[in-house]
Amino acid sequence: MRGALMTLHVLSVLVEDKPGVLARVSSMFARRGFNIHSLAVGPAAEPGNSIMTVVVNAGEIEQVVKQLRKLINTIKITELDPVGSVEREVMLVRVSADASKRGELLDAAGVFKAKAVDVGATSVTFEMTGTPSKVNDFLELMRPYGLIDVVKSGWIALARDSKTRNLRAIS
Amino acid sequence: MKITVAEALIKALEFEGVEVMFGHPGGAILPAYDPLYDSPIRHILARHEQGAGHMAEGYAQATGRVGVAIATSGPGATNLVTSLANAYMDSTPMVAITGQVPTTAIGNDAFQEAHTWGISMPATKHNYLVTDPEDIPDVIHEAFHLARSGRPGPVLVDLPKNILNSEIEWHEPTGRVDLPGYKPNTKGHPLQIRAAVDLILEAERPVLYAGGGIIAAGAHAELLELAEKANLPVTTTLMARGAFPDTHPLSLGMPGMHGTYAAITAMQKADLLIAVGTRFDDRVTGDPDAFAPHAKVIHADIDPSEIGKIRVAEVPIVGDARIVLEQLNRKIDKTLDGAAAPDHAAWLETIGDWQRDKVVHYEQDPAGPIKPQFVVEELYRITGGEAVVVAGVGQHQMWASQLWKYTKPRTWLNSGGLGTMGYAIPAAIGAKLGLPDQLIYAIDGDGCFQMTQQELTTASTEGIPIKIAVLNNNNLGMVRQWQRLFYNERFSATELTDHTPDFVKLAEAMGCVGLRAEHPSEVGPVIEKSLTINDRPVVVEFRVDPDEMVFPMVPAGGSNDVVAMSREDLE
Ligand SMILES: Cc1cc2nc3c(=O)[nH]c(=O)nc-3n(C[C@H](O)[C@H](O)[C@H](O)COP(=O)(O)OP(=O)(O)OC[C@H]3O[C@@H](n4cnc5c(N)ncnc54)[C@H](O)[C@@H]3O)c2cc1C
Ligand SMILES: Cc1ncc(C[n+]2csc(CCOP(=O)(O)OP(=O)(O)O)c2C)c(N)n1
Repeated sequence: MRGALMTLHVLSVLVEDKPGVLARVSSMFARRGFNIHSLAVGPAAEPGNSIMTVVVNAGEIEQVVKQLRKLINTIKITELDPVGSVEREVMLVRVSADASKRGELLDAAGVFKAKAVDVGATSVTFEMTGTPSKVNDFLELMRPYGLIDVVKSGWIALARDSKTRNLRAIS
Repeated sequence: MKITVAEALIKALEFEGVEVMFGHPGGAILPAYDPLYDSPIRHILARHEQGAGHMAEGYAQATGRVGVAIATSGPGATNLVTSLANAYMDSTPMVAITGQVPTTAIGNDAFQEAHTWGISMPATKHNYLVTDPEDIPDVIHEAFHLARSGRPGPVLVDLPKNILNSEIEWHEPTGRVDLPGYKPNTKGHPLQIRAAVDLILEAERPVLYAGGGIIAAGAHAELLELAEKANLPVTTTLMARGAFPDTHPLSLGMPGMHGTYAAITAMQKADLLIAVGTRFDDRVTGDPDAFAPHAKVIHADIDPSEIGKIRVAEVPIVGDARIVLEQLNRKIDKTLDGAAAPDHAAWLETIGDWQRDKVVHYEQDPAGPIKPQFVVEELYRITGGEAVVVAGVGQHQMWASQLWKYTKPRTWLNSGGLGTMGYAIPAAIGAKLGLPDQLIYAIDGDGCFQMTQQELTTASTEGIPIKIAVLNNNNLGMVRQWQRLFYNERFSATELTDHTPDFVKLAEAMGCVGLRAEHPSEVGPVIEKSLTINDRPVVVEFRVDPDEMVFPMVPAGGSNDVVAMSREDLE
């Protein structure tokens, strides 16, 4: 069961919004030796619940799902696949740029639909929202110019209409 | 009526039917001890919180009811942690109540502050830090519900002192549990039941692999029915000893590292494993890649995460063992429709040959020294097997499992998953409180005994007449066995001091009767004598041969194809 190829799995986890839920999830991941690639959490549509988007780097996702499901505060888990869901990430990146480089940078940003949100004497800060891979591509494009600061939101994801694989049935 | 949260706590515990709790007071939990003074709930003052925790476990394992432990903040709570981890591993229903520093002080490194909620999180099924006084009745009810339902386990409720002191309007717990994500599935899926029955009726070399979940579910009668109906040989894990009678012709005894040759080998040769309420522990499977290589697996468990964790199951069944076994039995009846089930005669005969030929022998030289195995056999013979046996961890635990014929569930209590030395004495105390009319005989090692011996003071002062057989080999025997076999007999730090402590005097100092046997001829009489003393705890020290080793043995991580029946087999 171990040793399968590691891939990223995106889980949308509906949990009760109780104090410490995030600690329970991260403690379980640490204890079971699962790798979190990214985790984002916010209020769910129904009051009293939260939605976590957990991206897990794992060979087999089944145990991860079952262990998550076993946490008393977990209500429902959905595995999202890239086709059946919308995945997004927000990134803020400050790139060093004096006046001579600025035009070049802004052009590149235009192609990626990144927005310049702060322009200073020696740097430009971009806001980029897109699929995680697009965001990464933009980051790689900026890297040679000199990255000063990067911050990412972590992945958030939502199933497309009726294209989800609901894992509750197995857990 | 306005009452304090502390009073509400005690009322809520009474409401859950708690008759006894085990604990040790201190500053943060003091408000709860005040109303306890007037409560019909009996409080047992353990001499160490670890002891209180194991007492709660012993009570729970012996009765199937939820055991309750209570401790103060900081060191009181941290002392409880071993018992929580132990109960979590062995799926024992338990509720722990701990005091905490006032909410206003939390996070300030206040006096006796420990982050109990965080520390206990990975050692509990669920835990609570109560910050709203109004929550108390429902939180306690929820804690009991979680502890005993689904896969049983320990639940901790941490109560800050200012919360305990605040006043609320008392209302009885509504009995409602607000756990939208917690709905253990108890009934097996009909399609899986049908698939399982097909496999069972087709199999030529089936083995029924029964685990602790049978005992948790109270499914021993259904297990027996299935085994007899379909002619299935049954192996019971260390946690399931007594779930199927060892005296039954279909019984294989224990599987795994120190299991019987027949049980281990039957699994290796099987074409079907019917695993019920068991978790494919590494002590059972050995090298999992070499385990039962020809077998398809039917795995029924109430915890979905156990299915497929170690071994892929061809037929996974999520459900309660008793309900699932009942479903299988009914489905088999229907499918057979009066026809005879396969008798597996050839398979049972092969197994019978192993059972006859592949057995471990020991010799009791009448001149001594006393063999530890002989003590266990004498205990069995003289009590007629009519005792609840509580074991420590080590060689004596294995012999107590191998050489006793368990015929009823909840007559064998031990620490299986965590392997906690020191479990036996306090667990025996808890068991005796749950089953006051039963003979409770602990079989302990001299190393284990010294980890929790102070609880004998608890037993004598509280009038709890348990009996403890100490197999004193002057050594940490199980570790010494490994050193002998795998570390060139370099006995690093496993020798315990000879004649120190003096177990007889120590027992007497703690208000117990102390007896000793040094010669094989004394073993029977001293056991007889111990059975005549029922007004006080009795400690019987048996000075046994330090060189005996536990066999059969599959070396850790090895393939179960290679079972050593004696030391020569390992050379
Ligand atoms: C020194 C030492 C040596 C050991 N050697 C051996 C050995 O040789 N052989 C051996 O067998 N063990 C041995 N053990 C014990 C071993 O470590 C495990 O504790 C044991 O094998 C686990 O037993 P189990 O699989 O029955 O599971 P348990 O730990 O008893 O787990 C119970 C299972 O049942 C499930 N369950 C609970 N309630 C229900 C229900 N109502 N319905 C359905 N399922 C339910 C749970 O989810 C869980 O999966 C040894 C331990 C020690 C300390
Ligand atoms: C708390 C704890 N510490 C250490 C161990 C490791 N250990 C397993 S068995 C054992 C020796 C037990 O000695 P004893 O109680 O004398 O029993 P024996 O094996 O001699 O029968 C030890 C140290 C353990 N299981 N638990």
